[in-house]
Amino acid sequence: MQEFLQQLVNGLVWGSAYALIALGYTMVYGILRLINFAHGDVYMMGAYSALFISGWLTAAGAPVAHSPVWAMVAMLGAMAAAGLLGFFIERLAYRPLRTAPRLTLLITAIGVSLFLQNIAQLAFGSEPRSFPELIASSTILQVGSVTLSNQQAIIIAVSVILALALQVIVHRTSIGRAMRAVSYDREAAALMGISVNRVISFTFVLGSALAAAAATLIALNNPLVTPTMGVQPGLKAFVAAVLGGIGNIYGAMAGGLVMGVAEVMIVGYGSSGYRDGIVFAILIIVLLVRPTGLFGSPVTERA
Amino acid sequence: MDLARILRFAAVITLLLALQALFASGLVNPYYIRVLILCCFSVMLAVSLNIIIGYAGQFSIGHAGFYAVGAYTAGAFTVYAGPPIRQALPLDRLPGWLEGTAFLMAAICVGTLFAALAGLAVGLPSLRLRGDYLAIATLGFGEMIRVVIQNVEAVGGPRGFSGIPIYSSFFWASLFAVAIVWIARNLARSRHGRALLAIREDETAASVLGVNVTKHKVAAFVLSSALAGCAGALYAHYEGYLEPRSFDFIRSIEIIIMVVIGGMGSTTGAVIAAVILTLIPELLRGLAEYRMVIYSALLVLFMLVRPQGLFGTWELSWETLRTRWEKRLERP
Repeated sequence: MQEFLQQLVNGLVWGSAYALIALGYTMVYGILRLINFAHGDVYMMGAYSALFISGWLTAAGAPVAHSPVWAMVAMLGAMAAAGLLGFFIERLAYRPLRTAPRLTLLITAIGVSLFLQNIAQLAFGSEPRSFPELIASSTILQVGSVTLSNQQAIIIAVSVILALALQVIVHRTSIGRAMRAVSYDREAAALMGISVNRVISFTFVLGSALAAAAATLIALNNPLVTPTMGVQPGLKAFVAAVLGGIGNIYGAMAGGLVMGVAEVMIVGYGSSGYRDGIVFAILIIVLLVRPTGLFGSPVTERA
Repeated sequence: MDLARILRFAAVITLLLALQALFASGLVNPYYIRVLILCCFSVMLAVSLNIIIGYAGQFSIGHAGFYAVGAYTAGAFTVYAGPPIRQALPLDRLPGWLEGTAFLMAAICVGTLFAALAGLAVGLPSLRLRGDYLAIATLGFGEMIRVVIQNVEAVGGPRGFSGIPIYSSFFWASLFAVAIVWIARNLARSRHGRALLAIREDETAASVLGVNVTKHKVAAFVLSSALAGCAGALYAHYEGYLEPRSFDFIRSIEIIIMVVIGGMGSTTGAVIAAVILTLIPELLRGLAEYRMVIYSALLVLFMLVRPQGLFGTWELSWETLRTRWEKRLERP
C-alpha cells in the first residue's frame, strides 16, 4: 500500500509536467485544429534555454546552485525564450498556410519538429548535457515510508500555479475571451473585430512558455538534456491532451496526470519495457470507446 | 492477357534481370546499388500508403508498424521454420539460388499475410474514426506494434533481430516495387478504386449512392498494410538484421512525407517523391552534420511553396502526356 502511494506521488509529479506540455497542444488544437508536432521540440529548446541561462548566471557570479530564486529566474528566462520561439514558428511556418489543407499544415509541423531537433544537434551537440542542480534535493514530507522531496513538491506546486494562472488568463481577461471566441468560430470572431492572427500568436507564446516551464521543472528531477528529449514527452503529452478531450484545458491537465500515474505504475508493477506501450494502449482504448476524450463534448467531425 | 501486355511484362523482367546481372558483376559501386535498393523500398512503402491516404482519403500515421509486422514475421519464419523445413524436405538437391528464392517467396507470403491480418485488426475498429482522430489512433497502433516487438525476446527484443538469411536482391526489390505500382495503378481504375475516390471526395454522398463505405475503407487499409508487409519481408531478407527503432513513428512520418510531397492520390507522384526523398539525404551526405537541417528546412519550404505536392492528383503516364501535348498543339 505504501509502495503504491509512493508510486502515485511519483506519477503525479511526472503527470503535472505532462499536463503543462499537454496544455500547449490542446490550446493550439482548439484554435487552429492543428496537431502541433513541433511542440515537443519547443519543450526541448526550453530545456536548453534554461540550461544556458543558468550557465550564464553562474558565469556572471550569481549563486545559481541550490538557490530557488535563481532557479525561478532560469525558468522565467526559458519561458520567455520558448515563447519567442513559439511566436516565430507560428509566424514563419504556420501563418502562410492559414488557408491551406490541414494535412499540409501537419506536414509542415513535422518539418519544423525535425528542423528544431537537427538545429539543436548541430548547435549543442548530440551528447546529453547535464543540468546544474538548481535546488538541492531533500525530503520535506514523510508519511510512513511515503516520501515527498522538495523538488517533487516544487514541480507539483509550480504546475498547479501555472495551470491556475492559465485558467485566469483564459477566463478572466479579454485576450482569453478572444481565444475562446476564436476557437469557437474563427470567422465569426474575426467579424466581431477580434484580431485572429494576434490571438493565434498569443496562444503559441503561451503554450510554448508552459512547455519551457515543464522542461525546467523536469530538469530538477531528471537533469539530462538531449536534442531528441522532446520526442517521447511530446508524444505522451499529446496523448494526454487527446485523453482529456483535445481542445479542452481541464481535460489536458487531467489527462496529463493520468498519463504520468499510468506510466509510473506500469514501470512499478508491470514491465518497464511496456512503459511507452501503456500510453498508447490507453490512447487506443479512449479513442475507440470515447473518441472525444474524457471531458470532450461529442462533436460530429468533418474530415 | 493480350500480346502487348505479355511483351511489356517480359521487357520489364528482362531489364531488371539485366540490371541485376550488371550489379552482380561488381562493375558498379555497391553504394549506388544499395541506394537504388533503398529507393525501391521507399517506393513500395509510399505507393502502398498512397492507397489509403491518397485514394481513400483516410489519414494513417502507422504505416511503419505494418512494415515492421511484415519484416519481423517473415524474418522469424525463415529463422525458425527454415531449419525444420530443410530437414523435412530434400531441398539440398536444389541449386542454392532456387532454394533461397523459394524461401524468400514463402517468407513474403508469411509477411504479407500477417501484415494484412494486422491491418484488419487495426483497421476494423479505428476506421470508424475520422480525420485527426483516425490519424491519432493509427499512430497509437503503430507505436504499440513497435513496443510489442521490442518486448518479444524471440525476435531479439530491443537489441534487434539478427541472423536472417539474405535471399533478397536488387532484382526482387525492384520487381516487387514495379508489381506494387502496377497493383496500385490498376486499383485506381477498378470498381473498388472508384468507390475509394468517391469516399475521399464525400463520404456521405458515397454512402447515399450505395457505396459500402466501411467495407471499402477496411479493404483498402488491409491491402495497404499487406503491401507494406510484403516490402517488410523483402527488407528483412535484404538487410539480414532488423531493429525496432527503425520502425518507429518517425519512419511512418517519412513515408507520409513522400506521399504528401508526391501529391496525395498520385501513384506516379508517390514513386517520384519516394525516389527523390531517398536520394536527397544521400546527396547531402557531403554536408555532414548540416544535411538533416537542410532536409527539414527544404521540407518546410516545399510545403509553403507547393502545398498540393509535386503532382497534385495528376498521374504521369503516356496518355496524360499525350493529351497535354495535343492540347498544346491545338492552341493557335
